[in-house]
Amino acid sequence: MAFQILLNFFLAFLWMFLQVSINSKTFIIGYLIGLILIYGMRRFFKTELYVRRVFAIIYLTLLFFKELIMANIDVLKVILKPKLDIQPGIFALPTELKSDWEITLLANLITLTPGTLVIDVSDDQKILYVHAIDVPDVQDAINGIKESFEKAIMEVSR
Amino acid sequence: MTVIVELVIILFLLFGVFLTLAAAFGVIRLPDVYTRNHAASKSATLGVMSILLACFLYFYLIEGHFSSRVLLGIAFIFITAPVGGHLISRAAYNAGVKLWDKSVRDDLKNKK
Repeated sequence: MAFQILLNFFLAFLWMFLQVSINSKTFIIGYLIGLILIYGMRRFFKTELYVRRVFAIIYLTLLFFKELIMANIDVLKVILKPKLDIQPGIFALPTELKSDWEITLLANLITLTPGTLVIDVSDDQKILYVHAIDVPDVQDAINGIKESFEKAIMEVSR
Repeated sequence: MTVIVELVIILFLLFGVFLTLAAAFGVIRLPDVYTRNHAASKSATLGVMSILLACFLYFYLIEGHFSSRVLLGIAFIFITAPVGGHLISRAAYNAGVKLWDKSVRDDLKNKK
């Protein structure tokens, strides 16, 4: 992956020198042309294209913003309802993610979406303890997080 | 054109102000540290974000000044807000603050 990005930068600089115009516009055009060339030669690389990972990151960001807005509306409803009939609680969320930064990212995303807040991580890093403002159905909440965030993070990291 | 731009900016501002106000209500109304933390640390995030976004749009589209520092501000709020919320709750739990009476479950109690 690092090799592909380096190659892409090299092609962009090559284009800049061929055009004899050293500015950012030529660099961007060169970078795009290099990307097309690398895409055309993708079967000569041992690893897959880094572009897929970039798309995965963009998808994760969009998913996060969607969840952020939806969850904000949920919390607003709870706060502004005249009667306070919430059932807060702490539930255990088993996670399949392994490395430190994946778990950090998942915990940050869970905490940023309102209604759920990570309180602690178990010592073997397999369980996140999540405080939710309203948990009528725990299995639903766990499945929701697993389906959306965990899958998207796996797409980025594997 | 400017009318549409101003309308969008006003909408962002109103949305942000409304969210921040609701977060303040939540801090007063909700029963314990953990639920209050939900209101304080997160409804405020989106609220501050849309106010900053309105500020950015105003300076970019009306004054013609691209202020990248405002965008950086949004990014740093996204990095720091969850860490702050997490640490407050964790500190409260470790200090032995009880959950609200009507809380339905507490899996953290039997953590190994």
